[in-house]
Order: sequence, then structure tokens, then C-alpha cells
Amino acid sequence: MSPFLDALLLQAGYNAALVGIGAGLLGFAAGSSGTFLFLRKRALVSDAVAHATLPGVGLAFIVMVALGGDGRSLAGLLIGSAVTAWIGLMLIEWITRRTRLAEDAAIGAVLGVFFGLGIVLLTVIQTMSAGRQAGLEGFLLGSTAGMLFEDAIIIAVGGSVAVFATWLLRRPMTLVAFDPDYAAALGYDVRRIDLMMMGLAMAVTVIGLKLVGLILIVAMLIIPSVTARFWTERAHHVVWIAGGIGGVSGYVGAAISASAPSMPTGPVIVLVAAGAFAISLLFAPVRGVVASLLRHRRFQVRVHRRQGLLALAHQHPIREPFTLRLLAREGLVRADGVATQAGRAQAAKVSRDERRWAIAREIHQDAGLTGRYDGLTPIEEVFTADEIGEFDRRLGAPVGLGGGS
Amino acid sequence: MGTDFVQFSLTPILIGTFAAIACALPGNFLILRRQALIGDAISHVVLPGIVVAFLVTGAVAAIPMLIGAAGAAIVAVILIETVKRLGRIEPGAAMGVVFTTLFAAGVLLLEQTDTSSVHLDVEHALMGNLESLIWFRATGWDSLLDPAALATLPPELGRMAAVCALIVGLMLVFWRWLKIATFDEGFAQALGIPAAGLGFGLVITAAVAAVAAFDAVGSIIVIAMFICPPAAARLMTNRLAAQVWWSVAFATVSAVLGYVLAGYGPLWFGGQNALSAAGMIAAVSGVILGLAVLFGPHRARVGAGRADASG
Repeated sequence: MSPFLDALLLQAGYNAALVGIGAGLLGFAAGSSGTFLFLRKRALVSDAVAHATLPGVGLAFIVMVALGGDGRSLAGLLIGSAVTAWIGLMLIEWITRRTRLAEDAAIGAVLGVFFGLGIVLLTVIQTMSAGRQAGLEGFLLGSTAGMLFEDAIIIAVGGSVAVFATWLLRRPMTLVAFDPDYAAALGYDVRRIDLMMMGLAMAVTVIGLKLVGLILIVAMLIIPSVTARFWTERAHHVVWIAGGIGGVSGYVGAAISASAPSMPTGPVIVLVAAGAFAISLLFAPVRGVVASLLRHRRFQVRVHRRQGLLALAHQHPIREPFTLRLLAREGLVRADGVATQAGRAQAAKVSRDERRWAIAREIHQDAGLTGRYDGLTPIEEVFTADEIGEFDRRLGAPVGLGGGS
Repeated sequence: MGTDFVQFSLTPILIGTFAAIACALPGNFLILRRQALIGDAISHVVLPGIVVAFLVTGAVAAIPMLIGAAGAAIVAVILIETVKRLGRIEPGAAMGVVFTTLFAAGVLLLEQTDTSSVHLDVEHALMGNLESLIWFRATGWDSLLDPAALATLPPELGRMAAVCALIVGLMLVFWRWLKIATFDEGFAQALGIPAAGLGFGLVITAAVAAVAAFDAVGSIIVIAMFICPPAAARLMTNRLAAQVWWSVAFATVSAVLGYVLAGYGPLWFGGQNALSAAGMIAAVSGVILGLAVLFGPHRARVGAGRADASG
């Protein structure tokens, strides 16, 4: 645990500290900018963008070597990757706008073809004399070994710029993500805002290439926003919660990776984020699985309790085992299914409320009130005591149960 | 076109063609059902599948790895469906969460185990190695009639051909059901066709194709084969049967032309080494799709250009 704490507190060496800070910033940028794609239901566009960076990396390397340079300059490679990623984005837009192919087909086509082109270029580079040691394969899965200070600066600056741009553009992007028609009616250029959204995701992808690699950067754009969605119903909260989840995943993942051998940074970061997702899926307060199971259970109990009491009131035998157990546990029936004193009293109340509702529906034509009758809502929650008194007056004197008179 | 061709190029071309057709056939239906990216998800989870298979069996053997990859594909499909339902998340995001997580787990497992002594690495799984599937014992075209030489054909060829035949057979058997369920799921259910089961079966068939093909063409490039030929075919015709035939033709052209360009292209430009055949096949299929987008007779959206659509 100690090496992990060291890494978490930035004490595990210069390089590990750089990677940790860079990963945290990148995670924040990816989480917040990916949210808009997720809300726009276009999460997988980022997958195509990420794969479309590969040919750019190869082309940039070839061009830089042809110009007599080193070919491994990170800034140059990132510029190249941004160019082809942008071309990929434009092609997706072009195919979906121009033909009847759906967006998923366009995404898949761009993704596969650009990745294929990238692989072809990598084999070209392997045949170049300067290409043997290029190490461009590191961009597939990311490689933090031997990360330079300049590289960390690029990631930090790029990540901050992406976060700032997200903050600047949050209003129009939220609007377009939820209701593009309304946004268009307000005078926003929806197509341009869509492109900005994807451009932001592209920028994050490019910045993250070195750290997590082009296949896993997709996870950093998608998983935090999907996770954040479990915790809130408000769009601008989703953005920043997603950023926080992404940032923490990046930072903690980098620390774990630095503290143990054979722990590649990219996959560990993704798995930390996936852990946060799994916890949220299960335990989030409203949208989580456990919460909705509990909600379902409570509903079930209310229905069974009420049906059981109505059956008692009408002196029908209860055969449903769950209802019997429920009523027996509350002391409303005996083990043989016969109502106790308390049970008869409760049944009488339920039965009277039912009749009150019937009167209420006759008196009030207002569906806003009587429409709330679902057999479960207590009548006291809908009508005032005076109104209920009026219903009782019309009902007449209370009728005893069991005697039939 | 003599001994060298039979020895070095014939089997890779055949394997590439079978792989392309095996992926393109289910791809037709996936595209029409707007499930094109299922192929993307499946091809990413192939990696964790083969890593787990390697960890369990301790050897790099083809059959356990294929089983592992198929298992991973099924697990992924079930997980995607679970996440979608339980979390009420839209399908694209659910896919993105599941397949990237499984892929990350696969890479981590691979790094954690000592696989340096065996030929199992990420790049191989991603890119495939079509060029290495040569028929070493062939001495010329007459080897095709020589049982001793035929016995040394790369086993991938037989496997890929069998999978391709299986998929063709399945498609022929379920053709009518697939056609109805793809275009009108409600009508299909009214007719008593098990549409949900059919959809799941289609995804599993796609997984089988992807798993069989990844060994030869690499898992990522499988995506191009799933999508590009059927998407191009979709722009050529309004009839499903014709679309399937077009997609088969496009897949074949991509495989053959891609291999030839990768293998012989550099030589024409004075180069020495061949390029990645799998990558080139994907690139050619992309060019075909690009041409179809520009010139395909049925490229327009219905309603966007009435004259175009009826002409």
C-alpha cells in the first residue's frame, strides 16, 4: 500500500508525478467534454475520432522525417493526428448528410477504414530507415514510460484549454444536446455547435493519445459522463460531476500504475473509471439498481397490504402467501388468515376511504384531484379534512363490519 | 503468376476473401437494423477473450482461443443488454462503456502474465497477420491436386472457409425470417417469428464471423468488413437480395485488390517490403464506399430527392 500512497502524494518520483497530474487533468477534460456527446446520444462518435488519429500519427512521422527532423516530436505527431481525426469527423458528417446511411454505419466505416490506413502507414514507417525505433505503436495503447517534461506540459496545457472551452461553450452545447430544434429556433447554428462538441472531444482524444492510447481514450470520454448521469438529473451538474469522476479516475489510475509493475497506465485508468461506473449503476440514490429494487419492493408492499385489507373488509379469504405474511407480520391477521381486532379496524378504514373516493369522484369533476386516485394514495393527502367531512356526511353513519348490518 | 503466387499469395487472398464475405453477410442486416456498431464492440472484446483462453489453457492453440473469443463476445452482448436495461442508458453509450472496459481488462491481464515467450501480443490481435499464412509446400498450380501438399495448407484457410459456408447456410435457411424481422419487427412477431431470438442469433453469428476473421485480418479491421461493403451495397439498390449480392462482390474486390496492392504495390514504386494487407483491404473497402456515396444510384435519403429515388 505504501508505494501506492507515495504515488498518490506525488512522492514516487518526478516522472510518476508528471503522469499523475497529466492524467488527472486529462480525465477532467475528457469527462466534462464527453458529457455533451453522451447527452446528444452520439457517444460512439468519439470512437471513430479516436481511431481516425492513427493515420495522422503515421503521416506526421513520415513528413517530419522527410523534412529532416526527428519524427518523434510529440507536438508534431499530435497535430498530424488532429488533422486526420478532423477529416474523419467531416466524413461522418458528410456521409450521414448526403446519403441514407445511418450515423452508426458512417461511424463504423470511418473507424475501420482510417484504422486500416493507419496500420498501412505504420508498416510503411517500419520499412523506413528512421522508422525502426519510432515506437509509434505506443499510441495504440498509450505508453507513459519515458514521458518527457515537454510531453507533460502539452497534456497539462491542452487539458486546461479543453476544460476552459467546455466552460465557455456549456450553454449552447447543453441546449443543442437536449433540444436541437429549440436551439435552432433561438438562432443557434446547430451544425456548428455539433462540430464544436465533436471538436472538443477530438482535442481531448489527441491530447490523451500519448497517455492512454487511441483505443482506450474513448472510455475516458464515455464512462465518466454515463456514471455522472446516475447521480443527478441536471445537465450542468452532469458535466462537472463527469469531469470530477474522470479526473479522479485519471489521477488514482496513474498512481496505481506507478506503484506496481506491469500495470499499464491507460487500462488501469479505464478500469478505475469502470469501477466507479459499476458502483454508481448499483448504488446511485435514485437511478441505481438497488434504489429501484427497493422502490419496487415498497410499491409491492403497499399494493399487497391494501389488497389484503380490502379482502378482509369484504370478508374474502386471502390466498396470496406474500399478502398473508405481510399482514401477519403487522399483526393484522392471525396465522390462519382470520383478521385480528387491529386488522378489522384497518380494513374498515381502507373500505371507508374507498367509499369516500367514490363520493369524491361524484362531487369533484376536477380530474386533477380525483385523477390522483390509484388505489394507493391516502385520501388525506389529496383532500382537506373539511372536504372529507363532507364526504362522510353524504356517506351516512359508519357501518359495522362482520355483522353485515 | 507461377509458383511464387501459389506459395505466397493464393492462400492469403482466399482467406481474406472468405473473411470479408463472412463479415459482410451479417453486416447487411446489422446495418439495416442500425446495429452496425455491434461489430465494433465484438471486435474489441476478442482480445480479452483470447487472453483468458491463453491463461486457462496455457498454450497458444487456435481452438481454445476461438472459443474464448466467442465466449467474450457473448458475455459482451449480454453485458451491453444488462447495462442498457438496468441503467436505462442509450445503446451507444452502453456499448462504449462495456467494450472499452473489457478491452482494458484484456490489456491489463496480458501485461500481468508472462507472455513474452509466446506469440501473443496486442498488435497481432489488432492488426492480424494475413501475410504469414503462406502455403509453404506448394510448388505450383499442380499442388492443388497433390494431397500431400494440400495437407499442409494453413489451417486458417479451412476454418475460415467453413465459417463462411456456415454463415451462408444460416442466411439461406433464415432468409425469409430475417428479411421480415429486419424491416418490420412487429409484423414478424404477429406472424409468430421469434424476432428477439433471431436478433440475438444474428449478433452471435456476427460474433462468430468476427472471431474467425480476427486471426487473419485483425480484430479492428473486421469492423471495416462488417460495415463498408454492406453500406456501399445499400447505396446501390433497394432490394435486399441485390444488396447482399453487391456486398459480397464489394467484399471480394476489397480483399483481392487490397492484398494485391499491399503485396505488390510497393514493388511497383521501387519499394522492398510489403505493406499490411489487412490495413490495405480496409482502405480499399473505404474507397469503394466513398465511390458509392458519390455515385451510388440509391444514395439519397427517401424524401430528400424524389426524382433521384424513383429514377
